[in-house]
Amino acid sequence: MIGVVKNDIVKLFGTIKSYDDGTFYFDEKYVDGSEYKGPITTSASVVRGVTSFANVVSGKLNIPGEKILGLAKFFLGIGLPGSAKDCFNQIESLSLLENNRIFVPLILSLPSKVLSLTSKDQLKVEVTTVFGSAAPPLRVNLVQVLGSDSKIITTDSKELQFDLDNNVHYLDITPLKIDVGKYSLVFEITLQDSEHETVYTTGGRNTESVVVTGLIKVDKAEIGISENDAGSAESVEKLDLLKDTKVSLSANHLQKLRLSFQLSTPLGRTFKPHQVFLKLKHESKVEHLFVVPGSARQFKIVLDFLGLVEKFYYLSGTYDLELSVGDASMENSFLRALGQLELDLPEAPEKAPRPPAQAVDPLAKFRPQKEIEHIFRVPEKRPLQEVSLAFTGLTLLPFIGFLIGLMRLGVNLKNFPSLPGPAAFASLFHAGIAAVLLLYVLFWVKLDLFTTLKYLSFLGVFLVFVGHRTLSHLSNTTAKQKTA
Amino acid sequence: SSKRSEGARFVRMPKADGDAKLLIQSLNKAYAATPTNLKIIDLYVFFAMVTALVQVGYMGVVGSFPFNSFLSGVLSCIGTAVLAVCLRIQVNKDNKEFKDLPPERAFADFVLCNLVLHLVIINFLG
Repeated sequence: MIGVVKNDIVKLFGTIKSYDDGTFYFDEKYVDGSEYKGPITTSASVVRGVTSFANVVSGKLNIPGEKILGLAKFFLGIGLPGSAKDCFNQIESLSLLENNRIFVPLILSLPSKVLSLTSKDQLKVEVTTVFGSAAPPLRVNLVQVLGSDSKIITTDSKELQFDLDNNVHYLDITPLKIDVGKYSLVFEITLQDSEHETVYTTGGRNTESVVVTGLIKVDKAEIGISENDAGSAESVEKLDLLKDTKVSLSANHLQKLRLSFQLSTPLGRTFKPHQVFLKLKHESKVEHLFVVPGSARQFKIVLDFLGLVEKFYYLSGTYDLELSVGDASMENSFLRALGQLELDLPEAPEKAPRPPAQAVDPLAKFRPQKEIEHIFRVPEKRPLQEVSLAFTGLTLLPFIGFLIGLMRLGVNLKNFPSLPGPAAFASLFHAGIAAVLLLYVLFWVKLDLFTTLKYLSFLGVFLVFVGHRTLSHLSNTTAKQKTA
Repeated sequence: SSKRSEGARFVRMPKADGDAKLLIQSLNKAYAATPTNLKIIDLYVFFAMVTALVQVGYMGVVGSFPFNSFLSGVLSCIGTAVLAVCLRIQVNKDNKEFKDLPPERAFADFVLCNLVLHLVIINFLG
């Protein structure tokens, strides 16, 4: 029964997957999105099962050490997982691998991957278990040093010395004469006690990459203006590129600007940095960037303004010169202001391209804005007050004419009822009409429609009642007069 | 006899001048015969129209800026004139159509309609 399980475990480990950097992991087939667990959960469950089984079973499980080491590297290499479940699986698997009975993986790591030639750093290497506990006695050899394009630098094996107090292996690399740059270091770990070979797994050869940095020497820097024919009289100035300089040059479109300098590493070889740029910035903030080409001997750039007139948008004036040299392995990367160049270019023809609009300060929209003057509608012209009053008088004239005409016609109040009852009603009728007219005047002056309608409804009902009484009395009187 | 003297004069003076004078005089005579209450109503109508004309003249002088006010004023005059004409038609004893309508009833209608008209006018006056 146990044998069957052991065989199955061996078969299971046959299905393990791997990445190029030596990590091994288990993964399920992706069948269903909701059921898919992912490599972390799958590998963790395998590690859990296999280590628990190995802890209780007698005899050795036939699993190659590199696969155990690969699983350990997988869990170490995923960083800090995003979910709590993945985090738990990672830490639990590593703790189970820390001292399991199959193979205990030993991890080689570099506490610092950047070595400075200037401060004479030593190469330091640590070999520990997955949780950083001390490894058994072992030897670490630096077997190979490979350059950035896999060029082999050294092949003789150098043994690293062991510092017991700090549990670190170290090596002085200055005798190796390694220049600045990026390198791959190949280490080999050998256990001193042969019995530990069945307990620990080291993975044999381990490759780590380091960057060696140093101070780059800049010398023979020169800048000058020359005429258009090659090699004629130049006005050359020597530059000290270790600090900002303030040269003042002037040129027209028939001349050329020359800039040259040399870069060398601490070991004296020519250095080609990642970035070498010369920037010309016009006073109107238009910028032009040039890459300074480098040969085996030096870095040199020649700006022929005759060909650059159109690129510069025909802008004459003062240009600020700036040189920037930078690289990851250069400890003294710099950005230097060189000085100013007065450039005289011909006038732009009509079809010339305009320089691109410069970026507006993005904070400008938060500053006080232009004040907007509101233009009010010009009020209509009104007539003079005297004119208006004159016409008001004119409007009243016909009314006066009406009254005069009434008098001339002999209007009288003879039909006004004399009896007190009907007389009262008649007076109330006239009063009611007068009240309604007064209400209208108030409406015009200050009341609103709803209030007016409210009062009008009361007055209206009253008036209808009173009017009916009065007029029916009048009509009865007239009828009596007719018949009488 | 006055007719004959007018006729004699008629032969001697130019035709058009005499015609116009004759027409106006006969109109005046006829009008004098109308009852007084109708004359009052006619006077009222005349007064309303004159007021309207004054307002139109004012607008012609100073422009129509508060146009709603102008309309309100003019329409009040014309409206009340129209109502007065209606009253006249209904009150006129010679009018066969409204024989059965008592004049007081017509007058009550006139008052009521005027009040409604003036409410609308005041609202529109602004």
